[in-house]
Amino acid sequence: MPDGKLALDPDLVRRARALAARAAEPVIAMARTHTTVSVERALLRLAGLTGADADGRPWVNHLTDAVADQVGLEHGVALPVWDALRDHRDLPALARATAAGRVRFRLPAGPDADTAGTAATRAASAGLAGIDARRAERTRLLRTLGDPPGPLLYLIVATGDIHEDVPQAQAAARAGADVIAVIRSTGQSLLDYVPEGATREGYAGTYATRENFRLMRAALDQVAAETGRYVRLTNYASGLCMPEIAVLAGQERLDMMLNDCMYGIIFRDINPRRTFIDQRFSRQIHARAGIVINTGEDNYLTTADAVDAAHTVTVSQLLNERFGHEAGLRDDQLGLGHAFEIDPKIPGSFRLELAHAQLARELFPAAPLKYMPPTRHMTGNIFAGYLLDAFFNLAGVLTGQSILLVGMMTEGIHTPWLSDRDLALENVRYVRDACGDLAEDFVPRPGGFVARRAERVLAESVELLERVADDGLLTAIAQGTFGVTRRPPDGGRGGEGVIARADGYRNPAAELLDAQDPHAAHAGHQEVPA
Amino acid sequence: MTETPTGPVVTGAAPAQPADTRQVLRPYGDTTGDGLIQMSFTLPVPAGPRADAAALQLAARMGLEPAGVVHAKAMGPDFTFFIVYGRTRHLIDYAAIPAPPGRAYPLLSAGQVNRAVRAALGRRLVVVGACIGTDAHTVGIDAILNVKGHAGEKGLEYYRELRVVNLGAQVEVDDLLARARAENADAVLISQVVTQRNAHLHNVKRLSAAFHTAYPTAVAAGMGRPLLVAGGPRFDGVTAADLGVDAIFGKGTGPAEVASYLVHALLPDADPGAADTEETP
Repeated sequence: MPDGKLALDPDLVRRARALAARAAEPVIAMARTHTTVSVERALLRLAGLTGADADGRPWVNHLTDAVADQVGLEHGVALPVWDALRDHRDLPALARATAAGRVRFRLPAGPDADTAGTAATRAASAGLAGIDARRAERTRLLRTLGDPPGPLLYLIVATGDIHEDVPQAQAAARAGADVIAVIRSTGQSLLDYVPEGATREGYAGTYATRENFRLMRAALDQVAAETGRYVRLTNYASGLCMPEIAVLAGQERLDMMLNDCMYGIIFRDINPRRTFIDQRFSRQIHARAGIVINTGEDNYLTTADAVDAAHTVTVSQLLNERFGHEAGLRDDQLGLGHAFEIDPKIPGSFRLELAHAQLARELFPAAPLKYMPPTRHMTGNIFAGYLLDAFFNLAGVLTGQSILLVGMMTEGIHTPWLSDRDLALENVRYVRDACGDLAEDFVPRPGGFVARRAERVLAESVELLERVADDGLLTAIAQGTFGVTRRPPDGGRGGEGVIARADGYRNPAAELLDAQDPHAAHAGHQEVPA
Repeated sequence: MTETPTGPVVTGAAPAQPADTRQVLRPYGDTTGDGLIQMSFTLPVPAGPRADAAALQLAARMGLEPAGVVHAKAMGPDFTFFIVYGRTRHLIDYAAIPAPPGRAYPLLSAGQVNRAVRAALGRRLVVVGACIGTDAHTVGIDAILNVKGHAGEKGLEYYRELRVVNLGAQVEVDDLLARARAENADAVLISQVVTQRNAHLHNVKRLSAAFHTAYPTAVAAGMGRPLLVAGGPRFDGVTAADLGVDAIFGKGTGPAEVASYLVHALLPDADPGAADTEETP
């Protein structure tokens, strides 16, 4: 681990964290006093309700919408649903009857409310125990199969068809990928439901569904058993269904999830309040499931200049860290993102990249940082692109990055071919074999270019955080502080799915997650974090 | 047949035949006329001499002869990656290739664009932009519209006489249409980056159909309907007419080119005046 190679001013670092906490605080308070349709549906998913009607509308949506229509959601779905459940065999039966219009929901009171609340808590508790069991299973597999040495090589699969993804992912894992990410269909983040079943049609990616998760998990476990090393599986929580997808990921033992505190707001125009409320619940679930989140700071650099906007990455990392800690994530679950996106024509571009990457490493020494390869300056000249990717890999090992997304020389031309992935892995392997331990020799000269640049980015970050903390995070987002786009708190999609919690609001999943130490069930294990 | 690798072919005087003006081209490795080519590809067979033979046969059928496999690598048990060099037997007559038409309009500075809009329109020209359908990649539209722009060129938001409404990503066609009407848009810019299953072509066609239906009495762009402009890196081989739009811009297009086109297409009579670089737009 690096030990202060940049000699960052510890007071400035402390100040940055304190400001991030201050900026996050009102948003956290808002998240604690509100719920969303997806948080409510997540409780039902945690309780084991799965499946959809013949038109593909999930049962959890049927139930939640019926409760919203008949009772309202300000008290949560738990009491009305578990109250109504007394007259039905189980949740699927209740959902079917609801879809047929045969169920009248009410908000139970007195002893009926106690009965319903107890039953709902039992169901949520069993759901969390299921997620605990999958986490314990991962711990066991990592111990018996062995964990690959870092940095973890992260490869993307994106055919749109889960049955094509499976052999491609297996081939990539056999060729050396440590982490497989199944890119989602681009439309999914704006769907206010989670599709069901195995899917074969997607745009620039494959839908995240519980069945697709299950199929890919089984396929990678098979390769892991074959090759004797655990292969991690990644998907995306971001979008309108973060809480539900987080539950599904926990249930199907995914290992990492893309989960950013602001990405949906800025790049998908999702309502800011909706995002922050959903994000908190989803991260509580990830914390419990032992899942490493991957944040999306790399995206800022795809719309803004990688030098001018370097400090917005740092600010977002600090906010993601604060929101993550508050939701119960440990440092070793914070896959904070950043990227190698500086224009290679800028003199000293590689030194600037080293400064930014080393700054991230030193600000977050215990976090499994996720480093993203160049995309903006991949011009179609695949030969130059291969070279740029090699420099990215070099920066990665030199600054001790934890997760390297493997860059493709054909970035921007097509979704990776088999040969693109193979050549890309050859590139990383060369760098890793040739100088995997170079970080121990890399000590930027005190007061030199790299150290001064890092210092300046940190200073700019503190300046920006001061403004964000003073104005409020929601205001800063509305003013276009991040990623240039302006996103007002009442704008964007999914805002209608935000509900203020009434007195007497019940959501046993949220209650248990707030009350329990997410890592308690695993305290006895010598756990290797995913 | 007589041929020289480059330059017009000189043949003996043959009165019945027109002068041979061909200009034969071959790829250049390190000697004029060597015709050398490199290529790489994957065959779905295990690596080995038989796979190499298959690669060479493929090269021969592609007109590379002689050819050599300089690199063959197994990618897993079932695939082999090849790098092949060979001499192509195909010739190109460069003289028969017409020079593609250049830009049909002059490239204007921001100041010229502003002056042209001010003079010919008397109000700000309204540009509505979006990524439509499932496409969530705003990189392209942002490069054209955001003040930040692209490669040192400021985006359209920077032009004082342009009013830019950037709707961002995953905008439904109906929403874009409604917004274009509400804003009284002069031009609608749509960006399409995702090309899987030809989504970019379908989306743009859907959009142009919707606009043409919504403005049934329109005579032309700027005369009863907004100018429709599509942009994205993978529109090679399709024409604007195929998609029902007025123009398509491909990879590498900068904001200045788009702004110049808007003036050319919507304000053909405007006089942008002399080029200058000084005026702050």
